Amino acid sequence: MKTITHHTPDPMLAAYAAGTLPPVFEVVVATHVSMCDTCRASLAAHQAVGGALLESADAADLPERLKSDVMALLDMPAVDPQPAPRRSGIYPGPVMQALKSRPPRWKSLGFGVRQSILSDGPDGSLRLLHIPPGRAVPDHGHNGMELTLVLQGRFDDETGTFGVGDLEIADEDLEHTPIAGAGDPCICLAATDAPLRFRTFVPRLLQPLFRI
Amino acid sequence: MARKREISEQTAWMLAIRDRRDKQAFARLFDHFAPRLKGFVVRSGLDAAQAEEIVQDVMLTIWRKADQFDPERAQVSGWIYQITRNRQIDVVRRVGRAMPEELKHEDDHEPDAGQVVALEQETGKLKQALKRLKPEQRMMIEKAYLGDLTHQEIQAETGLPLGTIKSRIRLGLDRLRHELKELREP
Repeated sequence: MKTITHHTPDPMLAAYAAGTLPPVFEVVVATHVSMCDTCRASLAAHQAVGGALLESADAADLPERLKSDVMALLDMPAVDPQPAPRRSGIYPGPVMQALKSRPPRWKSLGFGVRQSILSDGPDGSLRLLHIPPGRAVPDHGHNGMELTLVLQGRFDDETGTFGVGDLEIADEDLEHTPIAGAGDPCICLAATDAPLRFRTFVPRLLQPLFRI
Repeated sequence: MARKREISEQTAWMLAIRDRRDKQAFARLFDHFAPRLKGFVVRSGLDAAQAEEIVQDVMLTIWRKADQFDPERAQVSGWIYQITRNRQIDVVRRVGRAMPEELKHEDDHEPDAGQVVALEQETGKLKQALKRLKPEQRMMIEKAYLGDLTHQEIQAETGLPLGTIKSRIRLGLDRLRHELKELREP
């Protein structure tokens, strides 16, 4: 198994633990942590900080009945929560959850590039991208931050090589042209904290494509 | 010289709850954590009644999801912290948040006391480091972990010695991975 070299930054893991990431980024981070033990350990470290703060919080008075209520509920059968979706093929559990446990519904973007939109709204978008070797990875419209996590294959751009489990974080300032590597088609989970802008990625698809 | 330490009582209670469904241990855990939990949740801006509802939900989740607690990778307080934030987010968003895949030891797995105690010592260092922070630094950290800061607002350099606790947790994780690998490859 290839080593993951591009990780989730600490502020993002802390925000994930605290729950302040946009939900679409949350899916990407939860997926990355599912694939990356380095970040799983880092996330646990942030949870430990939260735990230390919890331990040092001032104790507040509780009504007496609260404890007896909870103790009385211990023997009650729990309302069965939805079991967490399991990994399926290359798609880790959090992706399967976003897919509602169904296979991706691919739509062609031309040149063999396909996408499956998992969510798209005012607070951001989440989608799967399928890029044949040598083709450019569509960008998300440079109007926010974009997270791209490789689930299969790899892509390369000016900043480096991204293989399975690697996470690329790009903002408006990063001018880059990711190209899918040779071998298997590159499948990525991509999120942006802005709605998709379809117009903006068409020109990139028409850019000269290298390595074909 | 550091004196040889035993597993903390919080961890011992949690293991009794997990492995023996021990209600007395749960009552002790409740007495220790529930009042702090309410204090913590109130700091994030909820009123007393809302906070008490969260406390009740979190305490029940601790009982019901006890099998997910792994003292080789997490402290009881850190584990409860995440359950608490998850619950608070679920209440606000009304949709479940995305969570990483769970990893779990075999049911008959005996925790490695050396690893558990070493992780507790790391957490102790973390608490000491929190105490040594300047008030404004500490306030920023509280805001971050109480959910008042976006990831862009969270400073990468918190001044906390997270590197050592990460390495320690990683050791626990590696042991678990090794065990899971052996299960797959008899």
